[in-house]
Amino acid sequence: MLSPKSKPSYGVIVVPDRITKKDYDTVVIGGGPAGLAAALKAREKGLETLVVETRDRLGGIPLQCIHPGFGIHYFKEDMTGPEFVYRFIDKLLSTDIDYTVKSYVNMAEYVSPMEKKLEIITPYGTEIVRTKTIIYAAGARERTRYEIGITGPNPAGIMTAGEAQTLMDMYGVMPGKKILIVGSGDVGLIMARRFVLEGAEVVGVVEILPYPSGLIRNVQQCLKDYGIPLLLSHMVISVKQRNGRVSSAVVVKVDENFKPIQGTENEIECDTIVIAAGLKPRTKLLESLGAQIDPRTKGPVVNEYFETTIPGVFAAGNALIINDYVDYAVEQGELAALAATKYVDEKGIRIKKPVKIVLGRNMRLIVPQMLTLTSDALFYGRVARPEDNVWLSFKEIGFKIPQLKVLPSIMIRQKIRLDKLRMLETDTLTVEVIPRD
Amino acid sequence: MTRQVKKIICIVCPRGCEITVELEDGKIKSIKGYSCPLGKQYAEKEVVNPERILMSIVECVGGDLPVVSVKTAKPIPLSRMIEASKALADIAVKAPVEIGDKIFENLLGLGVDVIATRPCHEQRG
Amino acid sequence: MYRTIIIGAGITGLSIARWLTRYRGLQVIVIDKEPDVGWGVTKANTSIIHPCHEEHPDKHPLRSKLCLEGHNLWYKWVKELEIPAKWPGEIIVATNDEELKGLHKYIDYAYRIGVPGVRLIDRGEMLRLEPWINPDAIGGLYAPTAGTINPMMAAIAIAENIVDNGGKLLLGTRVEDIVVRDGKVVAVETSKGGIEADIVVNAAGLYADKISRMAGIDDYSIHPRRGQYLLFSDRVDVKPNKILHTAPTPKTKGVYAITTVDGNLLIGPTAEDLPEEAREENTTTHQGLDFIYEMASRILRKLPPRNKVVKTFAGLRPEPSTGTFIIRFHEKPWGFVEAAGIRSPGLTAAPAIGKHVSKLIIERLENIEPRKDWRSKRQAIPRPAYMAPRERDKLIRENPDYGWIICVCRKVSLGEIMEAVKRMKKIGVPEITLDGIKFRTHSMYGDCQGSQCRPHIAYLLWKRLGIQPWRITTKGDGSKYAFTEVKALLRGDRGA
Repeated sequence: MLSPKSKPSYGVIVVPDRITKKDYDTVVIGGGPAGLAAALKAREKGLETLVVETRDRLGGIPLQCIHPGFGIHYFKEDMTGPEFVYRFIDKLLSTDIDYTVKSYVNMAEYVSPMEKKLEIITPYGTEIVRTKTIIYAAGARERTRYEIGITGPNPAGIMTAGEAQTLMDMYGVMPGKKILIVGSGDVGLIMARRFVLEGAEVVGVVEILPYPSGLIRNVQQCLKDYGIPLLLSHMVISVKQRNGRVSSAVVVKVDENFKPIQGTENEIECDTIVIAAGLKPRTKLLESLGAQIDPRTKGPVVNEYFETTIPGVFAAGNALIINDYVDYAVEQGELAALAATKYVDEKGIRIKKPVKIVLGRNMRLIVPQMLTLTSDALFYGRVARPEDNVWLSFKEIGFKIPQLKVLPSIMIRQKIRLDKLRMLETDTLTVEVIPRD
Repeated sequence: MTRQVKKIICIVCPRGCEITVELEDGKIKSIKGYSCPLGKQYAEKEVVNPERILMSIVECVGGDLPVVSVKTAKPIPLSRMIEASKALADIAVKAPVEIGDKIFENLLGLGVDVIATRPCHEQRG
Repeated sequence: MYRTIIIGAGITGLSIARWLTRYRGLQVIVIDKEPDVGWGVTKANTSIIHPCHEEHPDKHPLRSKLCLEGHNLWYKWVKELEIPAKWPGEIIVATNDEELKGLHKYIDYAYRIGVPGVRLIDRGEMLRLEPWINPDAIGGLYAPTAGTINPMMAAIAIAENIVDNGGKLLLGTRVEDIVVRDGKVVAVETSKGGIEADIVVNAAGLYADKISRMAGIDDYSIHPRRGQYLLFSDRVDVKPNKILHTAPTPKTKGVYAITTVDGNLLIGPTAEDLPEEAREENTTTHQGLDFIYEMASRILRKLPPRNKVVKTFAGLRPEPSTGTFIIRFHEKPWGFVEAAGIRSPGLTAAPAIGKHVSKLIIERLENIEPRKDWRSKRQAIPRPAYMAPRERDKLIRENPDYGWIICVCRKVSLGEIMEAVKRMKKIGVPEITLDGIKFRTHSMYGDCQGSQCRPHIAYLLWKRLGIQPWRITTKGDGSKYAFTEVKALLRGDRGA
């Protein structure tokens, strides 16, 4: 590390860095909602805590989500993304939690159960830090046009919803005038409204599913309020360009297997295509540590402490599982921090009885994927297809919860108490959705 | 006597209840399908005069970001959202700005203020 | 002083220019219509330095000679210019007896051309050499000398070296006519005015026939042959060490599967003959991508799922009507030189084409001497994330920008981005483009294709250099990144 005296003052540092130690109880990777909540809870429980953030400020993605809809569960208040996340930032700044921005964990090494070594690149030099636990809350990245199979040339004007949002609401830059949105998840719907409110034209929102993937209230207040067309069972198969900028999208109707129907191609003129086709947990560092990745969640395999397959390395927020609400990310951060505290206090998480969670009927994904049977468990999952009037069933313990409606776009969150889990006689627990009659 | 049935998607919380409002000569006769008092209130308002919170950005001079994010302190009529957003196009504020700072008073004469939702610190270095 | 104008800043034109800067008495100017180097044929190809055993020594004597010579020169060039390269060798994978039989002739070609080590291998040895090969394959042809480089990094490195040696690049400049007087070329008319010239070299890739016609040469034509590719994430487990490809057909060298120097699995290309006018049709199609995926599955044990693709792209190759390289010094008009129809193995041959063409020029000029002060070396942009901490900290102490990683997929620091901008200015780009930064730093080049870092890079360029995001383009021309300020549309200034 360079001497603090040589720290230059330049650029857009909003908060100074603060790495005062060489050894921590926990290092939180990612300064978004999950990471901030984890750090606050960890410090509250007495852990020496460091937060590492790659951007030039704490806060993560909510900083650019200027629409309301945040904090309804956590603060029982409806606020915008920045308002929500600044509650955490302000609180963190009032504690002695160490943090560093513009900093990147270049390497993580598992040395022993109580020692992980991190190499952090910062504008002040390389910091080598040792920690007992890691809480990985590095968020997610968006899927790109290539991942959803849009062919054609590679012109300017095709960007993810998050990129468009950063440009508009962090930097005040308008990416286009005539916008086509791909994907009707909440992000796509919210961006459609943002564009209209700033005077751009949104020519449509294209969704491959036969129903909108976002919340129904967002379909109302983002699309219907402004008369934006929603094209269900459609996909963009290719793009066309003029002078290096996108000039139109070729949209086609799909059948029930999501295969394009011949002869239904339709060219929609636009100067910008915004891809809002879902998120993928960022797992690069976890993979480098050897953590197992779940092909369903695309995040790490974890137990009910959100501990990955690497002892003492926990995950939370969208790096763990793609969440519907920021409140869930915060909840996971706090739970991971409590787990890290337990890990530090008890020198590891012990397994009473290893249990594997099995996906049963109509379940697409779930965390945790395994249990130690030493604690209550909070499950987050998604179904494979919409269904009405069903049970969410935890088969082997005979525990069933009625559900009026399940949708892939709405995350299931269910807590199961330890005394219930202890009734398990097998080493697997099947989670399934079954008809009510 | 004219009877009218309006179906509304409640936007108060993520649940998205479908509320049916029955109107007689423009007066509410019945409201069905809400799950909480806030939902009922919303439906009453929505059939007569739909209102929304406006969110936008305003230029911030000398700040660590070029813009500050803002919202209306109270909902404003849906029909005037774009007009209201336009009213924010010609103004600029000076850093520093804190969350909750009043950015614009009495937007379009609606008696609603516009407040900052993100701090904008003074640019340093 | 003789002024030599080279039309085309692709790998061919730049290689010629690099050789010419070695001589005193020559002024070297490279012109390209694009705002940066290597944006034509060089940008999108399979990136292989071929062993050259697949060239027919009788049908293409010059091509096979230049291929091998170029191959051997690349070993030196990648060191001198710090171009990312590796030399894993290649295997042509035969899936049936007929294919296997067809491979025998290459042993003969290799022997006659002078390519070392080319031999047939049986299934067992093949799978030991490369466990990622499909076990259904029956045998193959091994050529241990094959390598791969990053062609864009190569073009950029050569361009920097040219400028460092006093050469000049005129980018974003379109050639409109070649002026011939008294049977000699005397000038080039461009979109930015006329430039006098003693020698004009046509290395215009896809447009070479059009340039030749400007000089009155009309004995060949170029049509584009499209090659589509799928590039997979650097995090997929399928990482063949050797360069693999299907048995060649008369049209192509087959479909390749290679792990690039950047660690990505690349499969492709197709070989689609497009009409003459389709010289900018570098577009992908579902049909083409499906074909590649199917072909690659024949030679690989396993393929990553399609959604692990980070990018699909297409390149166009200049296919000459003569079927072979057109390299000649014209006596009529005197001073007009062609390096046209440089299709595969053009990348491999480039340094040798440069040497060959420069020789054609030099031997016709008087008072040309090799320079003693010619600089062979060029340094790559430092990459702090890949350095040892001590070395990295030295760099960061000098410039803290090297300590802020902006692109997390590829671990690229702000320092690298700013250095790339500096170098772009030095070689004379008419504008800073996002693609120019991407090719130099590999930011915006990873799994997220820039969705995470691009807006921040655009913002930092605005803060540091005053280039507003609505003035910056992705690839020049009308490819603007953004349109205006957010509030400008409501204010009614839709002009931006």
